[in-house]
Amino acid sequence: MKILVSVKRVPDPYAKITPNATGADINRDGLQMAVNPFDEIALEEAIRLKEAGKASEVVAVSIGGAESQEQLRTALAMGADRAILVQTDALLDAPSVAKILAAVYQREQPQLMLMGKQAIDMDENQVGQMLAALLDLPQATFASKITLENGSAIVERETDNGIETLKTPLPAIITADLRLNEPRYVALTGIVRARSKPLETLTPADLGVQVQTRMRLVKVEAPPARKAGKRVSDVHELVRLLREEARVI
Amino acid sequence: MKILIVAETDGGRVSEKTLPAIAFAQQQSPDNFTILAIGENLQCIETLTGYGAQAVLTVNHPALAKPLAERYAPVIAHHARQLGADAIVATTTTFSRDVLARVAGLLDAPMLSDIIALETANGKLVAKRPIYSANLIGTFEVEGSPVVITVRGPAWGKPNPTGAQSPVQSAEAPAAIPQRAEWLGLQGGSGGRPDLTQARVVVSGGRPLKDPETFEKYIGGLADALGGAVGATRAAVDSGIAPNELQVGQTGKTVAPELYIAVAVSGSVQHLAGMKDSKVIVAINTDPEAPIFQVADYGLVADLYQVLPELTELVKNSRA
Repeated sequence: MKILVSVKRVPDPYAKITPNATGADINRDGLQMAVNPFDEIALEEAIRLKEAGKASEVVAVSIGGAESQEQLRTALAMGADRAILVQTDALLDAPSVAKILAAVYQREQPQLMLMGKQAIDMDENQVGQMLAALLDLPQATFASKITLENGSAIVERETDNGIETLKTPLPAIITADLRLNEPRYVALTGIVRARSKPLETLTPADLGVQVQTRMRLVKVEAPPARKAGKRVSDVHELVRLLREEARVI
Repeated sequence: MKILIVAETDGGRVSEKTLPAIAFAQQQSPDNFTILAIGENLQCIETLTGYGAQAVLTVNHPALAKPLAERYAPVIAHHARQLGADAIVATTTTFSRDVLARVAGLLDAPMLSDIIALETANGKLVAKRPIYSANLIGTFEVEGSPVVITVRGPAWGKPNPTGAQSPVQSAEAPAAIPQRAEWLGLQGGSGGRPDLTQARVVVSGGRPLKDPETFEKYIGGLADALGGAVGATRAAVDSGIAPNELQVGQTGKTVAPELYIAVAVSGSVQHLAGMKDSKVIVAINTDPEAPIFQVADYGLVADLYQVLPELTELVKNSRA
């Protein structure tokens, strides 16, 4: 069974993100970049399925400029077998990303596609669901546990109401939530081995996709700050203020 | 702008989580919005009828008894096309994130997730929404119609009753509803407490609460005294002290109650992203330098084990 995993290049989750001088984008000077943490979890799951003998090949795909090769090399170092970069410098909205991924899916014909539930830059949480719609495949979003058996996946999903369990036939699109697993650290041997693994570069045109971006980020600003209030000395003062000043109890 | 609101349902009941989406429609297009509710033998339709919608459409079908995106999305897309909707809108929840993004895929529509403001300028929609784990606010321009939108509940609040009742109309499901994924079960639930995202009061606890019993005793005890819901930090959830669905923060739920009490919560950026729109914030923490105090209206530097029992008693007495 082949598993396709998408990997997005995003700012390091621990980096301090600020607006740039023009306010049209973030400050990218010296910004560390990383694999989107949710994609890393999806990739870890795919590699574990391969290690458990449930999958035969793990293919990582990214979309972006040449610099996204770095994140694909990380994916290869973690244990993906090969990688595909759909190289474009165009600013893409989620429907465009879904269309490119759908074309890669059609070319690769995997039995399962795993991806993060959202990227930690735009926090949209859209592409997996859009991709499932475009490919007319079942979807299981926000997965916290995946069990494969007899051509189906049993997926536990983190919803606002609790953990929901779905069963879906494969192929399907499954998006990873935080608690699906804890990704491994990349070992040095993996980094060395990754250098000799295949990394193919395509363009959207090679895949027959015309991208048309209809949504643009035009301004970035800091949210309004909340002011610190007062310190209280004990619970009696707290209850009195909550009752008499804030009037919330 | 013609708006189609998708009501949040669990397949059986309409949820009040729909209300911020209705408040959004009242602001953006008060005379031209329709609400669609999907399920089987749907209850609580009256939750939706008092706010000026042109109609409340209900689709009842045995295949729709549980909210599966693969089944709900084509029903929504069908009615969006029939209505000629310019915007398909729901309140941001895991339900709408799952279902509406699939609708956007079916309609080849751009989607704005979790917006806090919207206006029209030069024929384009201009929306604001949190990005980078709510560290920043992004302004986005969108072209084309329809557009799929989820709205951040706390930013839009509750709709105003209009005094009239919207007509409830039974509507058809499209001929083919895909039935590949099956719903097997749901574990969890708030155990009789109010829903975390709806509650007037939320009491949250962090990892210093040690274990599930201690967490329930102290945090649950104070929440019950206040008639509130219980929340938790990611650290508390990750260490098994509190169940996943109680997590407040960027990767959990966004809440904006009238009163948010953070107990032994340090106040990471990710946690603040989920609660800083609360009206009144109280922080109780042993560390006077904890970041939570920078957003708290009332801060108490104290050990929770020393002050929470007394606070719970005082609250009980003041409400008795």
